[in-house]
Amino acid sequence: MNINMTLIGQTIAFAIFVWFCIKYVWPPISNALHERQKKIADGLDAASRATRDLELAQERAEQTLRESKEQASQILEQANKRSNQMIEEAREQARAEGERLVANAKAEIEQEVNRAKDELRAQVSHLAIVGAERVLEASVDEKAHRDLLDKLAAEL
Amino acid sequence: MAADNEVSAIYYIQHHLQNLTFGKHPENGWSLASTSTEATEMGFWAIHLDTMGWSIGMGALFLWLFHKAGKAATTGVPSGLQNAVEMVIEFVENLTRSTFHGHNKHIGPIALTLFMWILLMNSLKIIPVDYFPVLFNKLGLEYMKIVPTTDVNATLGMAFGVFLMILYYSIKVKGAGGFAKELSLTPFNHWSLIPFNLVLETVGLIVKPISLGLRLFGNMFAGEVIFILIALLPFWAIWLLDVPWAIFHILVVSLQAFIFTTLSVVYLSAAHEHH
Repeated sequence: MNINMTLIGQTIAFAIFVWFCIKYVWPPISNALHERQKKIADGLDAASRATRDLELAQERAEQTLRESKEQASQILEQANKRSNQMIEEAREQARAEGERLVANAKAEIEQEVNRAKDELRAQVSHLAIVGAERVLEASVDEKAHRDLLDKLAAEL
Repeated sequence: MAADNEVSAIYYIQHHLQNLTFGKHPENGWSLASTSTEATEMGFWAIHLDTMGWSIGMGALFLWLFHKAGKAATTGVPSGLQNAVEMVIEFVENLTRSTFHGHNKHIGPIALTLFMWILLMNSLKIIPVDYFPVLFNKLGLEYMKIVPTTDVNATLGMAFGVFLMILYYSIKVKGAGGFAKELSLTPFNHWSLIPFNLVLETVGLIVKPISLGLRLFGNMFAGEVIFILIALLPFWAIWLLDVPWAIFHILVVSLQAFIFTTLSVVYLSAAHEHH
């Protein structure tokens, strides 16, 4: 066990190795390590954010779906109501039209009847005058009895 | 016969524990030591070529691997080498985050260098004790001790480096005056006790690197000796003890690297603290 210059040599070698390590070995690896740590942390962050976003989007989609379903049922209900209403209206219209037609027909019939009655009356008075002429044979003045006969016809 | 065996066993152990020393021998001048006595006679002006070579090799391997991974580092999905390197870096970052309380962005690389370098040097121990000595014998080199951390020079050298950093950061953070005050006025804040404090604190300061270096050296050296002793067994019995001991040493190798690194970080953290 001799203590000799090896001791000094070893110290010098140690100093050179430490210098080299400080200068060229440690920084790139350490930097890469820390950068990767940061990258991984960022990645994890992004992942959790994405999960949250996904949850929100799902919630929103569900809500939209629920709303649209509600709307659709509402629209359907409205349409049903509307169609019922339309049917009801059509029925009402048809009924009114029918009634109007019937009333028209009745009025026409009435008119027809009246006209026939008038005609009949005119003819009756004429017939009566003709009959009386026949009976009385020219002794009767048509003008003198005209009013009387008209009165008679109006009574018919 | 028994004595012969004993002599050869002692020679074998000593041979395996001798570093390849190059230095200034009083008689032979600058030369490789051919015996351990010659290595001792060289005194301080000698250098362990095997320790230096293997430790620098391991340090270069560590830096090359990590530099390669660093150049290719992406923020995408890592694979292969980058994965392993990032695991080590993260481990060291956690270690410094939990034990270092100052503000110094260099503490990470310092801890990483210490940990990986010591780990790689210690790992050389798993290689069977005879492989490299025999190989280098064939190449004409008498000694070859490949585990640098079983050389007290290497461990104390690193600890000395840590010690210099402790001094540097103490003065940088607290200023020379602040550091001097800390040495002279703690733990007893009274002018009359300055000499006592000074002795106490200086011992405390110097004990740090020495304990660091000797702990690593002691553990590794003891393990190495046991490996060498196991290698003395008959060849068919070696694996019986060698395998469990090697498996146990996977733990010791990484644990000692970890302890050295952690304690260095703790000491440096203390150097950054104001009292």
